[in-house]
Amino acid sequence: MTSRVIAVFFLLGLALSPGGPAGAVQPDEMLADPVLEARAREISAGIRCLVCQNESIDSSNADLAHDLRVLIRERLVAGDSDQDVRDFLVARYGDFVLLDPPVKPRTWILWFGPPAVLLLGAAGILVYFRRRALSAPRPSESLSAAERRRVDELLAEGDGSETRN
Amino acid sequence: MSETAASAPLGRRLLYLLPLLLFAVVAGYFLWGLDSGRDPHAVPSAMIDKPVPEFDLPTIRGMTGPGLAAADLRGQGVTLVNFFASWCIPCRVEHPMLEKIVRDNGVRLVGINYKNKPEEARAWLAKLGNPYARIGADESGRVAIDWGVYGVPETFIVDNEGRIRYRQLGPLTPEAIRDTVMPLIRKLGS
Repeated sequence: MTSRVIAVFFLLGLALSPGGPAGAVQPDEMLADPVLEARAREISAGIRCLVCQNESIDSSNADLAHDLRVLIRERLVAGDSDQDVRDFLVARYGDFVLLDPPVKPRTWILWFGPPAVLLLGAAGILVYFRRRALSAPRPSESLSAAERRRVDELLAEGDGSETRN
Repeated sequence: MSETAASAPLGRRLLYLLPLLLFAVVAGYFLWGLDSGRDPHAVPSAMIDKPVPEFDLPTIRGMTGPGLAAADLRGQGVTLVNFFASWCIPCRVEHPMLEKIVRDNGVRLVGINYKNKPEEARAWLAKLGNPYARIGADESGRVAIDWGVYGVPETFIVDNEGRIRYRQLGPLTPEAIRDTVMPLIRKLGS
């Protein structure tokens, strides 16, 4: 029990810690303006380090990642918007430099493929159950003569009292 | 749904083959991924068919040859632009290939020396030979970023109009020169 409480507090602490892990950003790279620096951190976290490929330049120690972090900060200081900075990098390194692939015809299958498969599956299940329901032997509306006789027999036998066992 | 398997229409029975078919497609795709000789880490260049970025670099400090600017890549015929550094081991492997392609095929080759200490770059060229018609020294690595370079060596084929037509990631191998680089240079030059 106590270990569970500790775990919960640990996770809470992680979730609430400002800015998460410090990444690979060196003190000498940081901007004096905290607003610009925060923007730079946010952009960097979404830019792939092409040397290590599954790391953002914000957390990579690669030389090129350092150069790109400095470059992003220079452009922000020069007055670029976040989108300008991303466009600048995409123009040189392609969409692959973005860790979040953009939605465009080439990536439709990536973005919409899984939901489409899910919908197809759901449609398949729906069709299956509807067909099964339609094809199941349906109880007829009225009783046959034999069934009617049996019902009468049972009713007469019980006659309201719960004695049968 | 009172059909038995025997009386089911052909289309319906073929439906049962669908999972097998799907499996074959997926397995084929995985097999191709494993064994196509493709390098999954290779990032396609975003610069293909774009004009070379503007830049003007002096040559390596302490050397006497000409530097390299974007203007040197326009109207000068097809040019190979090679990013290299003395600290880069694949560049050393590639170096004889560069000498060979200049000597045997008369290709115009220029170099961009990437984040290299001048004295080390000079020593490297003095020892191994200098195959470059011009060299620009990119000490900060900024010009390389404008070219979309993310590691050395990288080699670009630039046409007579100064547009980038091809990029080789990593060292030029004899196979790449024979099968890709030389055919494209001949095609662009004719």
